[in-house]
Amino acid sequence: MNVIVIGGGIIGAATARSLARRGLSVVVLERGRNVGGTSSGGEGNLLLSDKGPGDELRLTQYSSTLWPIVDAELRDELGPGFPSVEFERKGGVVVSTTAAGAQPLLDFAATQRAAGVVAHPLDVAAALELEPHLNPAITAGVHYPEDAQVQPVIMTEALIASAKRSGAWFFENEPALSGIRNPAGDLVGVRTPTRALYADAVVIAAGPWSGSAAEALGVPLPVKPRRGMVLVTSRMPHRIFHKVYDGDYVSAVGSSDAALQTSSVIETTAAGTVLIGSSRQQIGFDSRLTVAVLRELAQKALRLFPFLSEMSVMRSYGGFRPFMPDHLPVIGADPRLSGLWHATGHEGAGIGLSVATGALLADLMTGATPAIDAAAFSPARPSLAPYLGAVAA
Amino acid sequence: MPDVLIIGAGPAGLAAARAARRVGAAVTLLDASDELGGQYWRHLPASRPAERENLLHHGWSTFTALRAELEADTGCTIVRGANVWAIETREGRPGAVFVVVGEPDGANREQRVFEPDALVIATGAYDRTLPFPGWELPGVFTAGAAQALAKGERVAIGSRVLVAGAGPFLLPVAASLAATGSTVVGVYEANRVKALMAGWLPKPWQVLRAAKKGGELGGYVLNHLQHRIPYRLGTAVVRAEGTDRVESVTLASVDALWAPIPGTERTVAVDAVCVGHGFTPRLELAIAAGCALDGDDFVGVDEQQQTSIPSVYAAGEITGIGGVDAALAEGEIAGHVAAGGSVLDAALRPAVAHRRTYRSFGRRIEDAHGVRAGWRGWLTDDTVVCRCEEVTYGALRGAATATGGESLRSIKLASRAGLGICQGRVCGRTVEDVLDSLSPGHSDGPRSAAEDRVRTDRRPIALPLRLGELADEPTLS
Repeated sequence: MNVIVIGGGIIGAATARSLARRGLSVVVLERGRNVGGTSSGGEGNLLLSDKGPGDELRLTQYSSTLWPIVDAELRDELGPGFPSVEFERKGGVVVSTTAAGAQPLLDFAATQRAAGVVAHPLDVAAALELEPHLNPAITAGVHYPEDAQVQPVIMTEALIASAKRSGAWFFENEPALSGIRNPAGDLVGVRTPTRALYADAVVIAAGPWSGSAAEALGVPLPVKPRRGMVLVTSRMPHRIFHKVYDGDYVSAVGSSDAALQTSSVIETTAAGTVLIGSSRQQIGFDSRLTVAVLRELAQKALRLFPFLSEMSVMRSYGGFRPFMPDHLPVIGADPRLSGLWHATGHEGAGIGLSVATGALLADLMTGATPAIDAAAFSPARPSLAPYLGAVAA
Repeated sequence: MPDVLIIGAGPAGLAAARAARRVGAAVTLLDASDELGGQYWRHLPASRPAERENLLHHGWSTFTALRAELEADTGCTIVRGANVWAIETREGRPGAVFVVVGEPDGANREQRVFEPDALVIATGAYDRTLPFPGWELPGVFTAGAAQALAKGERVAIGSRVLVAGAGPFLLPVAASLAATGSTVVGVYEANRVKALMAGWLPKPWQVLRAAKKGGELGGYVLNHLQHRIPYRLGTAVVRAEGTDRVESVTLASVDALWAPIPGTERTVAVDAVCVGHGFTPRLELAIAAGCALDGDDFVGVDEQQQTSIPSVYAAGEITGIGGVDAALAEGEIAGHVAAGGSVLDAALRPAVAHRRTYRSFGRRIEDAHGVRAGWRGWLTDDTVVCRCEEVTYGALRGAATATGGESLRSIKLASRAGLGICQGRVCGRTVEDVLDSLSPGHSDGPRSAAEDRVRTDRRPIALPLRLGELADEPTLS
């Protein structure tokens, strides 16, 4: 079976790797450079803590079981000469900063516990024991030991290197311009500026650009960009030991509000810099610097860790998350167009969900039984129906 | 009358400020330093004036006249210690310029925002030094640092100093070192006679037309003769040796592409060495302002010095390494037009003519003294390339090879080269060169015109800023 994957980011790389390891012939088409979009614009979060009970949490829990396996496989396969993907299950600490915020945070954690997430409630003293430099004015906290992080660019490069070893091809600077249909109207390949490529299946894994990729192939897909910004400090001795964030973050992630929202997510990287995220803003693909966004990130970070006030911000970076109107990724065959598949729409969780997405898609494509029920992520799910419209001829 | 904001008070910025004032605009001139003059006219602070400053500086009287006119002018607001850390773009006009004012590590720096009608960017250049084994030893100085210490502090960097690298800047540096009391054991230019001839001689009348420039170089040559400093071509420092600080350097003859020639190495005892390989433009603010770059990785400007953004002008070394006279001419044109004047005005005629002459002079310097690809021949696997993050050449190549050598971003993140506190100001071009050597013509490589090119010059936060400062609301100026 021949498969074309559109997109050389982490979802395309993980999908190509899963498919190639099962013996499928895989070609990945990247319109620019591999790892040049969303995969290099974020922090590398593998978070269970920000997800309430439901389908996305199940997918995340599945991914969480795969991460240590994939990490070991990649180290084994690529050897010590390959840069570290910096996978670390450092755990998350979520705190509330207001009196009113404490009980909702603890209640939310209780629902997560019922769904199998490890979530330990913390009083202020216990939170300060885990994070001694936290603002003692916090009102409550929850410790999530399963939260992890990874260096997303290196992780994507590692997945690409591994996929190549299993026979996958990656073509950069090669956009998919249009679909090739057979007389029955099925999708049987894509045209690029330099060639026509035929395949049994075409997978769209183009992150926030998935909407335009789908349009080029003749179907609408309601993926929209949602911008995020991150601040990076200069290196310092480790004083922040977990992923620490404000309980506000959960409501920002789950919200559909297009206006600017910020909430602090703070963590130390392996190199000793501190990353301060994250903002959410629906302003199209506008990548211009906005100081007000950076300022709000800084203000909220100082509420959690006052000592950061004297630390230097060295750079900022950002990216566009693939936002879905019903807040679930799309993984599976498109019911409107035979031959078309999707692996996209992960919003800010794509790094964490990448390995599960690749495995799930490979199960579905090869007819294996998926490890978890995949119906909730199907392009045919009812919550997506209002957005899908008709198929162009 | 328009408000004109000028970033940088070196030759280009000062000339822009005076020209804009003469047209009648309200001018604000920002500079990070406490003293006007930029790197070129770097001098002792006013609190400890030197009597013979004019002997260390070419065109000192030009500078003092500019400074006197602007300092006496109530229509020109000079903000010293002003560090521009971000520019927010606006559609079709100059953006908002965010500034912190005060000592870099001082408390209570003032935050200001400017939204000018016209913006002149005159941020100049960084001096560039190619890495070589041992260059991180104490006692090894970049040419720019040595010059700054000599001119700005009157500090001699050593008693026996060797000067090496490429470009005419080595001569004034050697002259300054001699003037501050060092014995300069020699000046070693990597390029050979043939390259220098090819660069300087195809149109000798252009050099003659740059008569003032000829005078400047003539002064240096005279100074060298007086101090009996040897000047050798086709020779490079390929290694510095020493335990706690530099004790000797190894020189080698290099070929036309700067590749060291085996068997030509010799060692010279020194207690300091000063190495420079020309300049790279300080592009981060121009990029932040949205200005398009040209095919040589300088800011692209038209005949009026206007960039790709309406009412945003660029002048001086960021538009091409051309020297002080080109910077003065471009600054004058930029300031005049930014203030509402026309490039056709009679008052601008001399500046327009000068710009033509000195620009071609700059091109010829690049042809004669530009960096050649063979320099990587003196690197070893354990040569430090990125000093902030202590990344070696071997680690950089290893990271590039492991990740397929395909993406500048991946190479940087995998090796951490260019991610330290200087944000790639020192090693950025070197990292791009290494990428280019592994993957010639790469879309992230030097001079690539790719739309999605990853550039080491791109720094949306142009200077480190304390989080506490970022969190404060600034006042609109």
